[in-house]
Amino acid sequence: MTTKPAAHKRRATREEHRLGLLRTMTTIRRFEEACVELYSATRIRGFLHLYVGEEAVATGVLAALGPDDAVVSTYREHGHALARGVPMDAVMAEMFGKQTGCSRGRGGSMHLFDKSVGLIGGNAIVGGGIPLAVGLALADRMQDRGRVTACFFGDGAAAEGEFHESLNLASLWRLPVLFCCENNLYAMGTAIAKEHARTNLAARASSYGIESAAVDGMDVLAVEEAAREAVRGIRAGGGPRFLELDTYRFRAHSMYDSDRYRNKAEISTWKERDPIDALVTALRAEGHLTEESLAHLESDIGEQIARAVAAAEAAPLEPVEDLTRFVCSEEVEA
Amino acid sequence: MSETLETTYRDALRDAIREAMRADDRVFLMGEDVGDYGGCFAVSLGLLEEFGPERVRDTPLSESAFVGADIGAAIGGMRPIVEIMTVNFSLLALDQIMNNAASLLHMSGGQFNVPLVIRMTTGAGRQLAAQHSHSLEGWYAHIPGLRVVTPATLEDARGMLATALRDPDPVLMFEHGSLYPMKGTLATDAGAVDIDHAAVRRPGTDVSLITYGGSLGKALAAAALLDQDGVSADVIDLRTLRPLDDTAIVESVRRTHHAVIVDEGWRSGGISAEISARIMEEALYDLDAPVERVCTAEVPLPYAKHLEEAALPQPPGIAAAALRTLG
Amino acid sequence: MPSLGADMDEGTLLEWLVKPGDAVHKGDIVAVVDTAKAAVEVESFVEGVVQHLLVEPGTTVPVGEVMATFGETGPAPGGAPAPAVVPVERHPAPPVHSPLVRREAERRGVDLAQVVGTGPGGTITRDDVTRAAEAASALPTHPRPVARPTRISATPYARRLAEELGVDLATLVRSDGEPIRAEDVRTAASGAAAVPPTPEPEVAHVFRPDAMRAAIAALMTRSKREIPHYYLATTVDLTRALDWMHDRNRTLPVTERLVPAALLLKATALAAQANPTLNGLWIDGSFVPSKEVHLGIAISLRGGGLVAPALHDAANLSVADLMAQMRDLVTRSRNGRLRGSELSDPTLTVTNLGEQGVEVVHGVIYPPQVALVGFGRVVERPWAVDGLIGVRPVTSVTLAGDHRATDGFTGSRFLAAIDQRLQQPEEL
Repeated sequence: MTTKPAAHKRRATREEHRLGLLRTMTTIRRFEEACVELYSATRIRGFLHLYVGEEAVATGVLAALGPDDAVVSTYREHGHALARGVPMDAVMAEMFGKQTGCSRGRGGSMHLFDKSVGLIGGNAIVGGGIPLAVGLALADRMQDRGRVTACFFGDGAAAEGEFHESLNLASLWRLPVLFCCENNLYAMGTAIAKEHARTNLAARASSYGIESAAVDGMDVLAVEEAAREAVRGIRAGGGPRFLELDTYRFRAHSMYDSDRYRNKAEISTWKERDPIDALVTALRAEGHLTEESLAHLESDIGEQIARAVAAAEAAPLEPVEDLTRFVCSEEVEA
Repeated sequence: MSETLETTYRDALRDAIREAMRADDRVFLMGEDVGDYGGCFAVSLGLLEEFGPERVRDTPLSESAFVGADIGAAIGGMRPIVEIMTVNFSLLALDQIMNNAASLLHMSGGQFNVPLVIRMTTGAGRQLAAQHSHSLEGWYAHIPGLRVVTPATLEDARGMLATALRDPDPVLMFEHGSLYPMKGTLATDAGAVDIDHAAVRRPGTDVSLITYGGSLGKALAAAALLDQDGVSADVIDLRTLRPLDDTAIVESVRRTHHAVIVDEGWRSGGISAEISARIMEEALYDLDAPVERVCTAEVPLPYAKHLEEAALPQPPGIAAAALRTLG
Repeated sequence: MPSLGADMDEGTLLEWLVKPGDAVHKGDIVAVVDTAKAAVEVESFVEGVVQHLLVEPGTTVPVGEVMATFGETGPAPGGAPAPAVVPVERHPAPPVHSPLVRREAERRGVDLAQVVGTGPGGTITRDDVTRAAEAASALPTHPRPVARPTRISATPYARRLAEELGVDLATLVRSDGEPIRAEDVRTAASGAAAVPPTPEPEVAHVFRPDAMRAAIAALMTRSKREIPHYYLATTVDLTRALDWMHDRNRTLPVTERLVPAALLLKATALAAQANPTLNGLWIDGSFVPSKEVHLGIAISLRGGGLVAPALHDAANLSVADLMAQMRDLVTRSRNGRLRGSELSDPTLTVTNLGEQGVEVVHGVIYPPQVALVGFGRVVERPWAVDGLIGVRPVTSVTLAGDHRATDGFTGSRFLAAIDQRLQQPEEL
């Protein structure tokens, strides 16, 4: 099993894999930076919740999933959508409210869906997606599919009744769910210590009989490793797993706020742990990344974003006559 | 003529569930006490024994989680039937029903439909007081993306579920608590019924009594009283509150020129207001009197029998309202 | 001015954090802006050197307004460039006016499209409207339109029918203030066409005891709940009336013979005609008198229960006709073949429990009627007339009156009138 050529090949794959992780995280970061500008220029409207600083979480967890697995996300889900493989053009067009958007302009930033990659939202009710993920897992179990459902939510959701009800249910029925708690320390503007009597969220999940772990969410490699281990356990029939991914959002809750609830020192301390910088540093130290290749990566992503924006600008709007489409299904089961 | 059998509303519902589960492996029943206990109102009695605990699934008291899980299961390819003990408890799952079940299809641009049936008990008349007696189906009928059905007869109790399960979108079925013991005969081959149209339960010429669910019996009793006064009442059973069968309502009002809406929900902002508004919109020039409404008094329902009776629509009050429209 | 939130239309510049000549990198904080919610730091999306700051701190500007320009190098000598050269496209603000401005414009008859706004971003202020209104008032004004004719109260269906049947609603206005209904229009139309009204069909009324009980329960409960009853009673000497009746019956075939009830009903009808405030209906808080006296006759049914169909226009029937119609009503009531109008038309009801042997009846009024007359059994009693005691046939006559509609004085005058009529039977 560990012949030399294979080992060599695996090493090369690992390196490429890490560069792939870097590309994904950078894509998410640059995409969102472009969104900020487009929002400021009123090309994007509504709420816009940015994932800047948290890219390692979506990137690491989703790297551990297979193509048939399912993902349920939150309203801060640009990162999950891009990391899961929703085409950037479709995500950007959705931001613009265009027909070519991944939800045909009906969802916007908070409701990105893509059946082809198993992304079931984009849920803007805090905790609202958790029961849904449990049900998807139930359907998989009842139909003997080997699928795992990854369910993302934040530390704020852990205060919702739906979180507790759902963890209990998933554990009770040993369902194949990977609970991914993105603990960025704030439920909008409320610090975790002001919200939870017990801030160790992984410990609370353990109390439902779910195997749980806290992971450094600023380290994409650590996230991926923890997620792979958890997914293996779930596929082996061990029931749900819970990962608390400790992370931080560098920007406001939604687009802009005045950061009255946290101080600049805290923000800059976390920025020193920027997951992209950390991976860049590591790859450089290992000799896998040069200035030139990094610049190439950036310009590549920049062009991709520019194309996505141009395509979104040019894309048609959903005709108003179709306003009430998709309230009810258009085809009735025979 | 087909054979008939003596049955009850409760048994008709159970037969419908059993038939659906035998016909389609994807169908399963889930809810509080649907298994070992046999259902709070004994609708699922015996189903656990036939189908086993995987398909007749007792849940913890977590309305939001199990309704949400059924939404997920529906998206995941199953055809769940979820039972919520009473409409008041459904409020604990309102988030899932409204923000997920009703919205996902539209929000996803048509990608994720939710083929789910949610059954629940509604209504008063059993002295269960203010947390087990309300009629909130009108609230649910407010929500685009849901279908709301209200079986009032044995045929509908037996036949609406099968049709609801064929619907690709969420269907909420409201079973009036006073109807479970209702007895009658049903064709042995009774099965799926249409859930798009209202039904004329008693044809008449002078005044339209428009109602549904648990109030149908009261409207029919009122029609009998009116008959003594020489007034012929047309009794419309709406059957489905969303989408409303405007055509049937308007057709009746065009014939009688007088309309009384009977609804066990409250009057303010209720489904009766919606029906009245549609009559104004579509049949104003056929009205020979203002539309009358007979609804539940605007109180959380009280326990004491005489108070509860006074709060609810009753046949003499319905008849009196009909006579008022006739001048 | 960048859009800093979903609900932001404008912002107030609090502070510049850069000055002309400063080099700025993408992402640098260049200004602080006060939105409706909070003070927010504004970042630059460009690299370059600040050329001109176009907005003064403290100024409120709409989203999209240019606040500063950047260039490759420092600022050019001279003043700020014209806004036409600015790099950010400015979206003209849609013509949205505040409710206050709209209301004021409507009140003062000002067309907002013609007003030049002086508010932030060219919005129209209340003062702008005032100025425009004052300018307009210098011009000749239009005369006020003439007052609209009084609206006729009719139901929508009645209106439609009137149009279809060519009936002028103005001729049908009801004295009771109630809206004109379809039935009024139909009646007028048939009268206009000189077509005799088609006789109302008899409909089968199957009186089911339980349902009827429920109906009586509802009606009587309503009566006792809503109507403040007062009760009066008097005893009437029937010697003359019965003598006259017996005389008359001797000449008649059995089928046409009178019974005392016919006399009592006719006397009641005449008394009601003379006391119209007891004959009619109480509707929506006021008494609506009836021209005709439609006497409701309480008839008990064999299977239990009670109906009180109308003897139409009883005051204008001869006693013989009244007798015939009364027989017919009783027969049809017991066969369940009454007309709808007979059930709905009574204006005053009479109950005669004398047949059952009771002497006095204190009745309950049928809503929305305002009175009920009761006759007891005809009994022989010692009776003093002109100081002499004799034995005479007498009966008690009672009145239950609705105190909202009448007082005891009216009631007693009414009972006295019945007595008086019965003392002159030949006039009945």
